[in-house]
Amino acid sequence: MKQAAQSARPCAHQARIKRSAAPSKYSQSILAVLVLACGPLLTAASEAPPAPTISPPAAAAPPDDGQWTMPAKNYASTRYSDLAEINEGNAKNLQVAFTFSTGVNKGQEAAPLVVGSTMYIVTPFPNIVYALDLSKPGAPMKWKYEPNPEPAAQGVACCDVVNRGTAFADGRIFFNTLDGHTIALNADSGQPIWNAHIGNINIGETITMAPLVVKGKVLVGNSGGEMGVRGWIKALDASDGHVVWTAYNTGPDKDVLIGPDFKPHYDMDKGKDLGVTTWPPEAWKIGGGNMWGWISYDPDLNLIFHGTGNPGPWNPDLRPGDNKWTSGIFARNPDNGAAQWFYQWTPHDLHDYDGINEQVLLDMKWQGKPRKVLVRPERNGYLYVLDRTTGEVLSAKPFGPVNSSKGVDLKTGRLVENPDKKTGTGKVVRDICPTASGLKDWQPSAFSPKTGLLYIPHNNLCMDEEGVEVNYIAGTPYVGMNVRMIPGPGGNRGAFTAWDIAAEKPAWSLKENFPVWSGAVVTAGDVVFYGTMEGWFKAVSAKTGDLLWQFKTSSGIIGQPITYRGPDGHQYVAILSGVGGWAGAIVSGDLDPRDATAALGFVNAMKDLKNATTAGGTLYVFRLP
Amino acid sequence: MCSGCPDGFDLTSGLAQKAFQRLAIGIAALALLLLPAVADARELRVCADPNNMPFSNAAGQGFENRIAEIIAADLGAKLTYTWWAQRRGFVRNTLKAGLCDLVPGTPANLEMLRTTTPYYRSSYVFVSRKDSPDVTSFDDPRLRDMRIGVQLIGDDGANSPPVQALGRRGIVGHLVGYPVYGDYSAPNPAARIVEAVASGEIDLAVVWGPLAGYFATKQKVPLRIAPVTPRIDGPQLPLMYDISMGVRREDDALRGDVNSALARHKAEIDAVLTQYCVPLLDMAGSPVR
Repeated sequence: MKQAAQSARPCAHQARIKRSAAPSKYSQSILAVLVLACGPLLTAASEAPPAPTISPPAAAAPPDDGQWTMPAKNYASTRYSDLAEINEGNAKNLQVAFTFSTGVNKGQEAAPLVVGSTMYIVTPFPNIVYALDLSKPGAPMKWKYEPNPEPAAQGVACCDVVNRGTAFADGRIFFNTLDGHTIALNADSGQPIWNAHIGNINIGETITMAPLVVKGKVLVGNSGGEMGVRGWIKALDASDGHVVWTAYNTGPDKDVLIGPDFKPHYDMDKGKDLGVTTWPPEAWKIGGGNMWGWISYDPDLNLIFHGTGNPGPWNPDLRPGDNKWTSGIFARNPDNGAAQWFYQWTPHDLHDYDGINEQVLLDMKWQGKPRKVLVRPERNGYLYVLDRTTGEVLSAKPFGPVNSSKGVDLKTGRLVENPDKKTGTGKVVRDICPTASGLKDWQPSAFSPKTGLLYIPHNNLCMDEEGVEVNYIAGTPYVGMNVRMIPGPGGNRGAFTAWDIAAEKPAWSLKENFPVWSGAVVTAGDVVFYGTMEGWFKAVSAKTGDLLWQFKTSSGIIGQPITYRGPDGHQYVAILSGVGGWAGAIVSGDLDPRDATAALGFVNAMKDLKNATTAGGTLYVFRLP
Repeated sequence: MCSGCPDGFDLTSGLAQKAFQRLAIGIAALALLLLPAVADARELRVCADPNNMPFSNAAGQGFENRIAEIIAADLGAKLTYTWWAQRRGFVRNTLKAGLCDLVPGTPANLEMLRTTTPYYRSSYVFVSRKDSPDVTSFDDPRLRDMRIGVQLIGDDGANSPPVQALGRRGIVGHLVGYPVYGDYSAPNPAARIVEAVASGEIDLAVVWGPLAGYFATKQKVPLRIAPVTPRIDGPQLPLMYDISMGVRREDDALRGDVNSALARHKAEIDAVLTQYCVPLLDMAGSPVR
C-alpha cells in the first residue's frame, strides 16, 4: 500500500514532462527513467540509469564515498551525491536526527562538512569552528575552535559578517576569518597548525569565501570592493600557510599573472596591461574586482576557474572603459597562478553585477561535438555555457527576467547593453532587472547527471535607481544612489529553477515568496534540497519539481545543504538555518523596514521578512526513520 | 583663512596616539571606580568614532567631543562614549542597538534617524598649495589639466558630491581617489588626501570642509582653502550641508533637550568650530570668514 502510494507520485508527472516540450530525444530518456521508477520494484533510483549525456569530468568528480569534504562536494562543483537511500518515494518520511545551536545569530551561509565520522561547521563572525562526533547519539561536540577575530576592528567591517564554509584536506580543516586570516586546524584535535594573516580589515578588506584546496595549496580571495579594496586570489602552502603566489584582478599584467600562457578567446580581452589601460589613471589601484565566491578545478587541464567581483568604488561615469579584469572569469594554472584565459561577463559594470558565482564543470556534446564546458548561472541574468579550455561562450540565455542588457553577442563575446536602463549621476532609472543582487547571487546551484538539469536557487527582483539620498560616512556627507528593490514580474521575489543545459531552457521553475538565498543539493535518489527565507527546508522531485517534503526550521535558511552517509551506513541531509546575509540583513541586522534604501535598497523588497522569521543559528540534520 | 588653530591636537605619531589611548583607558577605569558615587546622575551617552579627527577620537580631542562636553555640562549629565568606526552600520550598531543615544555629527534630515536643529553649515572646499592656481569653481577650465584628489565613498555607485560634480563636466581624466575610510590602523585615516596636496602628489583636492580646514593647518607648506562653487550643482547635488546631531527617531525628549542646549551655547559652539578651522557658511551660503 505504502509502496503504491510512493510510486503514484512520479507516475503522475509524466504528463507534465511531455507538456514541457523538451527535445524529443531528451524527453524520451526522462520518460525512460520515470517508467523505471514507476515499476513494481521501486528500489534505489540508480538502477539501470540511462547513459549520461552530460556529466562532470571523472577526475574532478570521483566516485562518491559518502563524505562531504568541500562545500561544492567536488572540484567540478556539482553538489551532487550518489546516495539514493532517500528518494522521491520516501522523502516524505524524513525526520530530524539531531540539531545543534551555533550560538551566533547572524546569517548562516556555510556548508557543513563531513569527514569520516565527524561533522565540521563554521559560524559567521566570530567564525567559531565546531566538530561534532557523528558516531555518538546526538552528535556531541568533539571540539570547538574560537579564532577571536580582532575586536579592535569592530565596526570597520560592519555589514557582511557571513562565512561560506571550510575545506578539508590531509587531516586538516582550512577556513577564513572575517578579519583576514586563513587558519589550518588539526581535524582530529581542533588545534591550530598555522594562521596566515593575509587581509587588512583596516582598509575594509575582509574574507567571507570558503577556501578550496588544490594540489597542496589553499586558494583564498578577498572581499571589500565597495570600499575600494583591490581584488586578489592567493595560493597558500597547505603545509605551513606561506603565500606561494598572489594574482590581482586589476593592474599591470605582472600583478595579474598574465604572461605568455595567456590566450583569451575574444579580442576585447587581448592587449598589454588592460588592467591599467581600461581605467582612468590610477583607478585600478582601488578598483575592486574581488574574489569572494567560488573556485572550481579541472585536474585534467590543470586549471582553476574563479570569478572576479564588480569594479569599485567609482560611479560608472567616472571609470570609462571596460575596467578589466572585474566582473569576469579567469582560468589559471594552480601551480603558479599564471592566467590561461579570461572572459568578462559584464564589461564596465553599471549595476554591481559581481562575477563570482559558482562554475560547474561538465563534459557534453555541443552541436554534435564533445566539449569540455563550464556552466555558470551569472548575476547579470544569463546562464552561460563556456568552453573551459578556451573561454569561448557557447550559449548565454537568460534564466529569468533581464532588461539591463539585450543578450550576449556570441561573435564578440560582448554583453549587449540596454541604453534605456543605463544609470548615471542625477538620473532616475526605473524597473531595472535584475537588481544589484543579481538574478542570482552567491547561492550555489547543483547539477544532476541523471536528469541533465542544473538546479538554480535565485532571485526575482528589479530596482529603481536615483541619486538623491543624503548619507554620511567617516564624517563626510554625500549624496548616494537611492536604490529601491521591488519584486520582479509575477510578484514572487524568489524562484527555484531547473535548467535544461542541453535544451538551453528551463525544465520547470518553482515560485518562492522571498529570494531563494540558500544553496541546493541533488542526489541519485532524484531529490533536490533547498531552503527558503521563511525557514522551510524543502525536498522536491529532481524531475518535476513537485514538493515531496518540507520542514519548518527555527529561522530563515540561507545556507548550503549537504548529504552524507553516517557511521551507521544511512543517508543524512544537513542544513544550517539562520537568516541574514545581504537579503536577510533586515532581520539579522535589525534594520528599520521604514528605511527603504537600507542594505543598499534590499530592505524595500524585504519589509515583511521580519514578520516571517527571526534570527538564529541552528544546524538541522535529517534522516529516514 | 583660519590661522590660529591649536597645535597640541596633532597626533601624527602612532606612539603619541597609543599614549593618549592608554591615558583614556586609565581615565575610563577611574570613572568605573567612581561610578557608584554618581550612579544617580544623568548620563549623556554619545556614539562616536575613536579615530576620526577633527570630529572625534578616543582621547576626546575632536570638536564633536568638545561640543558634546558643552551639551553634557548644560544637561548636568555625565558624558560617556560608545566607540565605533563611523562606517556603514555605525548607526545600526550603536544608536539603534541602544548602546548610546546621541550622534554628535550627522547631516540634517538624514533618513535613518531624527536630527536636531543644525548647529553648523559647511561645504566641500578646494584645497591647494598657495603657489598653485586659485580655483574656486567647478567650471574653472584649468581643472581639466590638474591632478585632482577626491574623497571616494565606495557605497556601490554612490560617491562624494565633488566626484559627481566633476563627472558631470567630464573632468575624469586626472582624478585621483582617496578612499574616505583610509587605513584605520593609522592615525587620522581620512587625512591623506590633504597630505597629498602638501606633498605635491596632486595639484588640488576637493575635500569636505571640516576635514580640510583642520588638516590644512597641520601641513609643512601653506595651503589654501576655498569653498567650492556652485554650492548646489544642478537640481540634485548639494555641496554644502547643514550638520545636526542625531537621536533615535522616537527620542523626542532628548532631541528637545539637545536643541535647547545647542541654542543656549551657540556662541561657545561657534568658538570651538572656529578654533578647529571648520569653514563655516551662513544661511545664505556665504563664507562666514
